[in-house]
Amino acid sequence: MDDHHHGPAKGISRWLFTTNHKDIGTMYLWFSFSMFLLGGFFAMIIRAELFQPGMQLIEPAFFNQMTTLHGLIMVFGAIMPSFVGLANWLIPMMIGAPDMALPRMNNWSFWILPPAFLLLASTLFMEGGAPAAGWTFYAPLSTTYAGPSVTYFIFCIHVLGLSSIMGSINIIATVMNMRAPGMTYMKMPLFVWTWLITAFLLVAVMPVLAGAVTMMLMDVHFGTSFFSAAGGGDPVLFQHIFWFFGHPEVYIIILPAFGVVSQIIPAFSRKPLFGYDSMVYATASIAFLSFIVWAHHMYTVGMPIAGELFFMYATMLIAVPTGVKVFNWISTMWRGALSFETPMLFSIGFLVLFTIGGFTGLMLSIAPADFQYHDSYFVVAHFHYVMVAGAVFSMTAAIYFWLPKWCGRMYNETMGKTHFWISFIGFNLTFFPQHFVGLAGMPRRIPDYALQFADFNMMSSIGAFVYGASQILFLYNVIATIVAGEPVSDEKVWDGAEGLEWTLPTPVPYHTFETPPVVR
Amino acid sequence: MLKLSSNPVANTAFKLAVTAVIMFAFVFVVMVPLYNVLCDVLGINGKTNGQAYTAVEARVDESRTVTVQFIATNNAGMPWQFSPTKTAMKVHPGAVNDTVFFAHNPKPEAMIGQAIPSISPSRAANYFHKTECFCFNQQPLDGGTSAELPLQFIVDQDLPRDIGTITLSYTIFDVTDMASEALAAR
Repeated sequence: MDDHHHGPAKGISRWLFTTNHKDIGTMYLWFSFSMFLLGGFFAMIIRAELFQPGMQLIEPAFFNQMTTLHGLIMVFGAIMPSFVGLANWLIPMMIGAPDMALPRMNNWSFWILPPAFLLLASTLFMEGGAPAAGWTFYAPLSTTYAGPSVTYFIFCIHVLGLSSIMGSINIIATVMNMRAPGMTYMKMPLFVWTWLITAFLLVAVMPVLAGAVTMMLMDVHFGTSFFSAAGGGDPVLFQHIFWFFGHPEVYIIILPAFGVVSQIIPAFSRKPLFGYDSMVYATASIAFLSFIVWAHHMYTVGMPIAGELFFMYATMLIAVPTGVKVFNWISTMWRGALSFETPMLFSIGFLVLFTIGGFTGLMLSIAPADFQYHDSYFVVAHFHYVMVAGAVFSMTAAIYFWLPKWCGRMYNETMGKTHFWISFIGFNLTFFPQHFVGLAGMPRRIPDYALQFADFNMMSSIGAFVYGASQILFLYNVIATIVAGEPVSDEKVWDGAEGLEWTLPTPVPYHTFETPPVVR
Repeated sequence: MLKLSSNPVANTAFKLAVTAVIMFAFVFVVMVPLYNVLCDVLGINGKTNGQAYTAVEARVDESRTVTVQFIATNNAGMPWQFSPTKTAMKVHPGAVNDTVFFAHNPKPEAMIGQAIPSISPSRAANYFHKTECFCFNQQPLDGGTSAELPLQFIVDQDLPRDIGTITLSYTIFDVTDMASEALAAR
């Protein structure tokens, strides 16, 4: 405690040994952005190959490695750590705590991440190449038919699972024990609420994923037959275990995004969030429902009709709390004094595009119809509308919203708006046509396609390059802001922003709320 | 259990860590056995019983005829010739029926195969009883030899009326490595 009032240490040791939530948040954000660029680069390779029908640039086996690594890196390397970074930065400042509850564990949960992804990326240079069974790595494709890289992959999943669990324990311990006096649960900002629930989901399901990959490890190396039919196991069991993890995982990704948007939309509508209580209950309902809908990812494996119906109705039920949220955001904007700065543009983009993704999700939830949509580009379009336009758009909005507060410098608004419009157009050009080719029968994860899909695929590829390029603009804008942005000194960077973090000086000092604020 | 009441943060963290460990164990001790039990009990996923069935009451329902079709598939990399000798049989529910599958190992070395059955429609799985089946055991075959693999089955009298055709599919797997590892371990 002797260095309590000192500033940050100098040099590399500041970052290696830091226990400061802001430093760790910053590292999470930069790490996730670099993973976002790497995963995006893989996506560009995929789209370049799919620019025209026929095989042009890469071998089919390498194409499979690209789809697999793109999915794994985006889900586990980009989106999840980015929201953990945001949680690290914001949760202590939003609840009036001086730091996270377990700062040393916080350091560790970040620093085991880069080696895990280095290990995963290194498999690209192995004989036999990187994992190629898709990000869902269904057995036996990922066991019997996998190359030696599968062992590296399993270790990577174990490590990043450990990181996520430690990060979640930290967040829950912080929120439950370190709120400022007067900060009751129902006064917490919605971002804190959504992260609290997300963290519980993570603690519950990351061990399930660890269990699944442990079984794979045992099947591959120790002669067990969990997923091998020849030895009395069952490959379908893998899918059940995977999606028992995988469906809550979808909400792990999107709930913090809901939280971000619930902070930003009121700020630029200059109105309090409409229906705060219902937002909290809706978030909790979504989290609960996420545990009983997993088999809607596997309607085609041959379930009894009662199972299909149960999972179909349970899935459709999720539309109710999600609808509550969407209507609450719209009601917040209704008759508000709206202004359209970049964070608000990205939030509205989120609202519109996420709703489209939600509707295609409802279409996919219909079991009989899903037999046609299954494993088609329609599914690809659906989950990119919720993952990219949902999670990534809201994350981008969050950076534009809080970056001026963090570093005391304003980003370039024109460049921000340009980034939004290029992203918005590029994104829709990429993924909207994929609905059509999917409905017409183009399967996902295949490096070639029938000639009738050529035009839409070319549009998709052009859109993807545009969207990818717009992220370079974003990177430039962020660096330019940090280095030489217009200084801001208002505590409230945005006149409509509400919450404890906006009562701190701008830029936010290294240590904040050493004496807890009193919340009335 | 650790005494942690003095520090609420450590208390929360400890409880959550225990939850994570429990969830990890949950996969192995609950999800896997529960899945197998559910598949057995409900006959879902086309899984048929792995053990021989002992007939309870031999009342043959001659008023009804059910078609039983046989399919044989080789798992990837399995070089055996493996096929049913009859591709379809018309049987009466309750009657005991016999058929044989043919297997030939074209390789010079001895191999061990394991056939895994599956019933379609899966609703019929609980009404299809095997009193004797080569799938109950692993099948060793010396190089270049052939074998006739016997199957004896009864279609239950209680088979739902709307099911007129049952398809029994066998996939044969090469378990030579797996079986010899098990032998070596013994």
